[in-house]
Amino acid sequence: MGKRKSAPEVNAGSMADIAFLLLIFFLVTTTIETDVGLDRMLPREDGDYIEYEQRNILSILIGVDGALLVNDEPITPELLLKTVIDFIDNGGAQTGEAFCDYCQGERRTNLSDNPSKAVLVLGTQRETSYGAYIAVQNELVAAYNVLRNREANRLFKTSYIKMDAIYRNPQTDRTTKELLNNRIRVIQKMYPMNISEAQLKK
Amino acid sequence: MSKFSKKKSGEVPAVSTASLPDIVFMLLFFFMTVTVMKDNSLKVENILPNANEIKKLDKKDRVIYIYVGKPSKEYEKVYGTEPKIQLNDKFSDPSEVGSYILQERAKKHQDLQNFLTTSLKVDKNANMGLISDIKSELRKVNALKVNYTTYEGDAFRNLQ
Repeated sequence: MGKRKSAPEVNAGSMADIAFLLLIFFLVTTTIETDVGLDRMLPREDGDYIEYEQRNILSILIGVDGALLVNDEPITPELLLKTVIDFIDNGGAQTGEAFCDYCQGERRTNLSDNPSKAVLVLGTQRETSYGAYIAVQNELVAAYNVLRNREANRLFKTSYIKMDAIYRNPQTDRTTKELLNNRIRVIQKMYPMNISEAQLKK
Repeated sequence: MSKFSKKKSGEVPAVSTASLPDIVFMLLFFFMTVTVMKDNSLKVENILPNANEIKKLDKKDRVIYIYVGKPSKEYEKVYGTEPKIQLNDKFSDPSEVGSYILQERAKKHQDLQNFLTTSLKVDKNANMGLISDIKSELRKVNALKVNYTTYEGDAFRNLQ
């Protein structure tokens, strides 16, 4: 038996061409879709209607042209955040159960008693643009996040947003998750998000 | 005369392209992994609004999508320019949203059926009337978890 001939080398020169072809195919078909947004829970259809006192309601109306009315007074979009924070964090109740010991608001008598009682009522008209609606929704979430971050920083020395991000990360281990879950609950109880929506006839 | 002429000293050696396939393959794998094949072609204009207080959407198998927007150019003649709802591959009325959600919910795995999110991909120029109609339909079938899907960005740009 003679020496075995070594196998002939495969020419790999066209490999690049093939890879390029595939690359271009994937480049063309790729659509990097957005997968972020604002989460909301809709109210149940047969939900209970609770009567609220006038002072605990902040009504925000978005007009057809995107103009904002807060408690029937016109306001610029830039001021909305501060107005909402002032309203939620007011802590107007002086004594009793509703007294809010962590609120840093001005404790005025015409704004909310307690963050857990404060309700934001968002009203739109049929012709209001969706963009304006999302802008306002975004500001409302921002207001809650500001307050929640503040309390999280005070109590747990970290921000609410960070805790939430770590909690949602699937790689976080169980014990950390449990701890974070408790902390997040504490914060959410201090500033529960009460956003109600109404459709206005007009 | 020498048989082997000396190379000119100034000549630059050719660049080796042997690693080119490797680089291309690397790119290829990147695009292969990030690619999301489109399940349904959009028939509506869909420029989402911007927001910055956003949260990531759930995994894809737990999400039902509803698209809203003006019919795109080629459908304008048939369907007009008023914003429409697109469910799967066809234009629909608000009244069809409920049955669509139930139908999609039935398709999902049983364990996931209670954890579904409805992602509203709505063009920023759509009007709220249609959205409220959709929301009241969603409430009727108890699909309460919604996500207003947006791009990441400054929310005030929506107002302009």
